Amino acid sequence: MANITNTPESAGSNLMARALREAFYAGLVALGLFVLFVGLKTDQNILNELVLVQRWGLLAIFVVIAMVGRFLSVAFIRPYLAERKAVKAAAAVKEAGFVARNFSMIAVAVLLVYPPIMVALFGFQGSLKWVDNFGIQILIYVLLAWGLNIVVGLAGLLDLGYVAFYAVGAYSYALLSSYFGLSFWLLLPMAGILAALWGAILGFPVLRLKGDYLAIVTLAFGEIIRLVLINWTEVTKGTFGISGIAKASVFGIWSFDVSASNNFAKVFGLPMSSSYYKIFLFYLALALCMLAAFVTIRLRRMPIGRAWEALREDEIACRSLGINTVTTKLTAFATGAMFGGIVGSFFAVRQGFVSPESFVFLESAIILAIVVLGGMGSLVGIAVAATVMIGGTELLR
Amino acid sequence: MALETDTMTKDPILKVEHLSMRFGGLMAINDLSFEAYRGDITALIGPNGAGKTTVFNCITGFYKPTMGMITMRQKAGKEYLLERMSDFEVNRNAKVARTFQNIRLFSGLTVLENLLVAQHNKLMLASGYTILGLLGFPTYKRAVGQSIEQAKYWLDKANLMDRADDPAGDLPYGAQRRLEIARAMCTEPEFLCLDEPAAGLNPRESLALNELLRSIRKDTGTSILLIEHDMSVVMEISDHVVVLEYGQKISDGNPDFVKHDPKVIAAYLGVEDDEVEEVIEQIEEIAVVAPGDTQK
Repeated sequence: MANITNTPESAGSNLMARALREAFYAGLVALGLFVLFVGLKTDQNILNELVLVQRWGLLAIFVVIAMVGRFLSVAFIRPYLAERKAVKAAAAVKEAGFVARNFSMIAVAVLLVYPPIMVALFGFQGSLKWVDNFGIQILIYVLLAWGLNIVVGLAGLLDLGYVAFYAVGAYSYALLSSYFGLSFWLLLPMAGILAALWGAILGFPVLRLKGDYLAIVTLAFGEIIRLVLINWTEVTKGTFGISGIAKASVFGIWSFDVSASNNFAKVFGLPMSSSYYKIFLFYLALALCMLAAFVTIRLRRMPIGRAWEALREDEIACRSLGINTVTTKLTAFATGAMFGGIVGSFFAVRQGFVSPESFVFLESAIILAIVVLGGMGSLVGIAVAATVMIGGTELLR
Repeated sequence: MALETDTMTKDPILKVEHLSMRFGGLMAINDLSFEAYRGDITALIGPNGAGKTTVFNCITGFYKPTMGMITMRQKAGKEYLLERMSDFEVNRNAKVARTFQNIRLFSGLTVLENLLVAQHNKLMLASGYTILGLLGFPTYKRAVGQSIEQAKYWLDKANLMDRADDPAGDLPYGAQRRLEIARAMCTEPEFLCLDEPAAGLNPRESLALNELLRSIRKDTGTSILLIEHDMSVVMEISDHVVVLEYGQKISDGNPDFVKHDPKVIAAYLGVEDDEVEEVIEQIEEIAVVAPGDTQK
C-alpha cells in the first residue's frame, strides 16, 4: 500500500529514494485498481460475440501517470508547499503588514485631507454632502461610541440610556447660549461637566444593579430625560425644540455669522458659502476625536482604567483588594457621560436646532450597536464600525 | 501546658469575640471567640459546613455579623473594628487581605495587571486621582515604576515571572492559586486570610505553597489565617489551630494538641453510639484540666 508519511526528518537526501519508493507503491496500487477496468475490456465482435479486448498500452499509461504524479508530488510539490507555508507563518509572526501596523495613523492622515479632496472633487457646494452628512455625522457617532465604550466596554456596565447624556450636552449648549449668550468654547467643557454631573446623579441609584437590570433602569432614565425635555415647555420649548442656536467661531477670531463683520469669508475675501463652517466643524470634530482617543488610551493605563477593567472581570475580587467599587463605577458613568455631553454640545452647534426628537431610544441602540460591532474596548474597531453603520445608512438614503 | 504561657506572651493581631452569624433560621456561627497572634500562621479547620468561610466573610467585611466583635490591631497599635467596616475598607484601612475558595482572578487581565490592580489605592493617590497622571506628572511615573517593582518581587516569589504578560485565566490552576496570594500580598496587608489555598493542588504544588506561605511570614512579617482541609498543609505550617464544628469552636491550640484532642477526632471521624458516653467523659476531663478552653 502507498504509505504516506509526512514526517519532516525523512526529507533531504533520502527524499528522492522515498519519492521513488512511493511512486512504485502508487504504480502498484494503480495497476491493481485499473487492471480490470482499463487493461481488459469486454466488447462485441462482428458476430455479436462477447470478446475480451486487452489494452496493456493504455493500462501502462495510467500506471505511469500515477507513478510520475506521485513522484512529483512527494519529491517536489509537497516540500515546496511546506516551505511556502513556513515562510508565510514566519512572515505573519514578524510583521502584520504596513497598513495594519499604521492603520490609525493612515486613517488620521486620510481624515485630515478628506475635506480638501472633497472640495476639489465636488466643488464647495457639492462637498457639503460628503463633509457634513458623511464626515461630521460619522465622527459624531465615533465620539459617542467611544464615550459609551468607557461605560460598556471597559467597566462592563450595560447602559441603554446613553443618549440621555447626549441630550443633556446638547440642551445645555442650546439653553445656555440662547439665554445667557455664552460662547461655544466656554460651553463645550461646561456641557461635558454638566453631563458628567448627571451621569453621577443617575449612576448613583443604579449602582447596586447588574447586567439586565442595570440596562432596563438606564433605559428608563434615558426616556425620563427625553420626557422632561418634551414636557418642561417653559424652558425647553417642548417638541418645538430650540432653534437659532449660535454658531461656533474660530476661537472668537473669525465668525461664521453672515452678518458679522469678522465673517470668515469676508475676512479672506472668499465667495460666500456655508461649506467653510462645515469644514471647520469637521476639523473640530476630528480634533475632539483625537482628544477623546488620547484620553481613553491614557485612562486605560491609569489605575482608574485598570480598576474599570477589573470591575468588569470580578467585582467581589475588586472589593477584596480595597477598591471602592461605588466610586469606581460612578467615575466610569461620569466619564462616559462627559464624552456624551461634549458631543451633545457639538451636535447642537452643528445642527443649529435641537429637539427631543433627536434623542430617542433608537439613538442609544445605534451607539450601543456600534460599540458591540466594533468589539468592546477597541477604539479602532469602534471607529470602523461607526463608519460602516452610519456611512452605510447615509449611503442608502 | 507550655502552650498556655506561650499564648499569654503573644500579641494578638486579630481578636474575634462572641461572633454569631445567623442566616434566617440557620446559626452559621454561634458565639465564636478566638485570637490570631501576630507573626503566626493560624489555621481554621473543621468539617464541611462548619462555618469557616462564614467566619472569613465576617472578618473581611463581606458579611455583617449578627453579633460579636472583631478587632484588628495593627503593628502601629491602631485598632479597627472590622464588623463595622465595609469590605473594601477592611482591606484599604485595616490592612486585611483575603483570597477566595473559588479563585477570583481578573482572568482577562494579564498577570502583571492583576498585581497592579491590587495596588490601586496607592497608585490612585500617586496619580492625583487620575488628573495628575493624565497630565503626565512625574510623580505618577515614579509610583508606577515602584509598583511594577513590587509586582515583580511577588511574581518572583510566586514563581510566575515567565507568565507575567499572559492573561491570568490562561494559567494552570496551581499558578492561579499562587497568583491570587501574590495579588493579595500586593495590597501590603498585615493580616492575610487564605480560604483553602491548597484546594485542588497536587502534592508538589502543595509543597511549593507551604514554602510561599513560610516565606511570606518570614520576609514580610504578615500574619496568616488560613482555612484548609489538607491536613498535611495545616499540620506542617501552622503554629496555632482553631477547630470549628457547627459554628462553634471545639478546640484551640497548637497542631499537636489539636491532633490528639478527642473532640476533634470525634468531629472528624464520628464516633460509635456506644462510645459517646466515653468521649463525653474524656471531654469533661479535658475541660477540667484546661478550663480556659470551655466557652459555655
